[in-house]
Amino acid sequence: MSNWKQVAMLEDIPRLGSRVVKSAEGDIALFRTQEDEVFALLDKCPHKGGHLSQGIVFGKKVACPLHNWHIQLQSGEAVAPDVGCARNFPVRLEGGVVMINLK
Amino acid sequence: MKKMKLVMVGNGMAGVRTLEELIKLEPDIYDITVFGSEPYPNYNRIMLSPVLAGEQGIQDIILNDLDWYKENHITLHTGKKVVKIDRKNKKVYADDGTEAEYDRLLLATGSNPFILPVPGKELQGVIGYRDIHDTNQMIDAAAKYKHAVVIGGGLLGLEAANGLAIRGMDVTVVHLMPWLMERQLDKSSANMLQKSLEAKGLKFLLEKQTQELVGGADGRVQSIKFKDGSEIPADLVVMAVGIRPNTELAESAGIHCNRGIVVNDTMQTFDPSIYAVGECVSHRGTAYGLVAPLFDMAKVCANHLARLGIARYQGSITSTKLKVTGIDLFSAGDFTGNDQTEEILMHDAAGGVYKKLVLKDDKLVGAVMYGDTKDGAWYFQMIRDGRSVTDIRDHLMFGQSHLGNLGHQGQDLAATMPDSMEVCGCNGVCKGDITKSIKEKGLFTLEDVRKHTKASASCGSCTGLVEQILASTLGGAYAPQATAQKPMCGCTSHTHEEVRKAIVENKLLSIPDVMTFMQWNTPNGCASCRPALNYYVLCAWPHEAKDDPQSRFINERAHGNIQKDGTFSVVPRMHGGVTTPDQLRRIADVAEKYKVPTVKVTGGQRIDLFGIKKEDLPSVWADLGMSSGYAYGKALRTVKTCVGSEWCRFGVQDSTQMGIDLEYALDRMWTPHKFKLAVSGCPRNCAEAAIKDVGIIGVDSGWEIYVGGNGGIKTEVAQFLVKVKSKEEVLEYTMAFTQLYREEARYLDRSVHYVERVGLDYIKEKIVGDVANRKALHERLLFALQGLGDPWANENVNKREFESLTV
Repeated sequence: MSNWKQVAMLEDIPRLGSRVVKSAEGDIALFRTQEDEVFALLDKCPHKGGHLSQGIVFGKKVACPLHNWHIQLQSGEAVAPDVGCARNFPVRLEGGVVMINLK
Repeated sequence: MKKMKLVMVGNGMAGVRTLEELIKLEPDIYDITVFGSEPYPNYNRIMLSPVLAGEQGIQDIILNDLDWYKENHITLHTGKKVVKIDRKNKKVYADDGTEAEYDRLLLATGSNPFILPVPGKELQGVIGYRDIHDTNQMIDAAAKYKHAVVIGGGLLGLEAANGLAIRGMDVTVVHLMPWLMERQLDKSSANMLQKSLEAKGLKFLLEKQTQELVGGADGRVQSIKFKDGSEIPADLVVMAVGIRPNTELAESAGIHCNRGIVVNDTMQTFDPSIYAVGECVSHRGTAYGLVAPLFDMAKVCANHLARLGIARYQGSITSTKLKVTGIDLFSAGDFTGNDQTEEILMHDAAGGVYKKLVLKDDKLVGAVMYGDTKDGAWYFQMIRDGRSVTDIRDHLMFGQSHLGNLGHQGQDLAATMPDSMEVCGCNGVCKGDITKSIKEKGLFTLEDVRKHTKASASCGSCTGLVEQILASTLGGAYAPQATAQKPMCGCTSHTHEEVRKAIVENKLLSIPDVMTFMQWNTPNGCASCRPALNYYVLCAWPHEAKDDPQSRFINERAHGNIQKDGTFSVVPRMHGGVTTPDQLRRIADVAEKYKVPTVKVTGGQRIDLFGIKKEDLPSVWADLGMSSGYAYGKALRTVKTCVGSEWCRFGVQDSTQMGIDLEYALDRMWTPHKFKLAVSGCPRNCAEAAIKDVGIIGVDSGWEIYVGGNGGIKTEVAQFLVKVKSKEEVLEYTMAFTQLYREEARYLDRSVHYVERVGLDYIKEKIVGDVANRKALHERLLFALQGLGDPWANENVNKREFESLTV
């Protein structure tokens, strides 16, 4: 059975920005890079739970707005020397439609 | 494309740092092979003294373990000494017959200890002090023998003597010169140093020339004889009289050497395919024996190996700090002085404090300090920046003002703090955590320490302490970067000033324009440079440059202040701290309607509503019907006022009205950092104007204007700029100063930092002295602020920012 669900159109998310998706799993941050790649992480920094969706996106990373931890969008891992990981969700683009897999 | 071959001879700190810098720039253009004569991977040579003193083990000081070489696909030959370079066929040969071809060769052969040419120098127990092998020999000797003699009373000799004494040996330091560390200290400070070392049990023989080392029947040294006929017992002799660049290999290959392998400003030798870095080189006639310059060389050399070809090494100013626990000593630059220099001196023999500053042409060129070195990094930075000290000369000797730097129990001397004491009150980091990280993780810069320990990474008020800890842990290897040349961030090699100049001169109107023009090395910058660039283009080209919300911190995007739970606070503007029953009623209604958990009066005389959900922000603003107070931005915050002549029986000027007028005039203004004003109606100064970016004090005959004050992270009293008569003049001068700060300060510098950097004399000249310039600055700010809309007004709200999606 497919767990892929439509969440947004690509243009709903600003380039180098993010949108929050309310879900049964909790709030999910949906990110869009300069090159229109899309990533999804649980909206909770592994450090002190800051909302990653509110951070500045650069390259394929986001800076947490609370204490400036840098989190990699693909894996959710913090950039060394910080250690920690935000849960990531598979995302794919179909045309202009952003699909997410919550399982 | 086929990769080129890079061979490095020497596996020490300078060489490996060059490879690290090269890999950062161009990871894939070379196949790299490294030859090292020692059997270890790259280790932290400056930490040999703590190893000798028993504070650390060898494994703690390894900087790059074998995995590092593997991960970077570097072929490493340890324990193999390169003995021949065939420049014609571009090949090197090691002593065991291993050979390697090169397209580029990097010589990092380091230096050898200089061994005095005296009879007996080959006896057992006579060693230099240079590497792990020597250190191990000293540790072994300390376990078996009693008498140690260290020849050479320089930095290395004293650290060796201290380590041997801690290991229980009876140590005598023999020195040819009349005082210790004569290249780093003058006589007075050296005498104080000698006294403290004697108190630790070391003995000294000064102005003694070694004649002969006498051996016993077992072939081991047993005593040392001097030219004056005296003799003392010695089971171990450590020669620490200096180092000689190791040029043997280069010379045998016919590469030009002159007390070091001669290189140009690109670290290239006379053979264009051969580069050299580190202690083996001679650059503009100088060979360096400290780590900090080697790292500068590494950076330049890597730049050229990566074929970027833009960096130049122009020599280094060095500083020294002795790594002996309990002894506090610092020197930098040219502290000897001559007939063209002036000295400022302080000597408290009983208190154990000595400071000497050397000035030339109103600039600091050298400093020596003993007993109290807390301002060492500050002086060193001033020497490197070459800033005129005229305006601070009267208090220069007393160091940087640490007044009001809170969060570390009033301590400003790192040396006297125990390891368990908290240094960084924001992130809870103790002194011991910092020294441990510096030693074990091989950290060399303030940025390294901030990344690894978070100390001073938040508010920064303990930066001075962290710098002191770095300096005393690393000794001469610590070099604070000259702020004048500091790049904006890791994304560029350009300074803030260079970037701003390019934006103005080339009319760069957007962040991508700047990044393309200035050749940024990241595709879209980072969280540190993007907000700065956004501000710089907006400041330079008001009404033309386009604001990029994605390059602003969330607070300036959501026009509220993010709190730790992700909710926001809302502060409407109350000009001059004056409100009305109608405004208060609306605030009360909003607080009830949105069930605001906390309503608080701020320090800036207005009202803060806490705990507002992000999605509620636009409707909260609409219900309030007030304009944004910008309490979240690098922008004009408040104009604090006292009640003034309208009511107060002491007031001589209408400070409240002046505050209201100023707040209207400056409303919606973005600045490099937050910007606060205050106006008091008489010199009793109830509005606390002396700790604001601009403070205005009403006096009977007019208004006094003060600038560059600060009340937060760094408490600093504002300095007097000018006295004026009319309200129009107050507005003109205030706005001219504000615009000068907006145009020239680095992003995230408060006005206090800006005024400290350029000096008050400069500000006075630009604002008070130069009338045309003042009027032009005033005009530019008026233009920039013309017709700006309120971010809380319905038509300006970006809905997408506040609405969430669902799945």
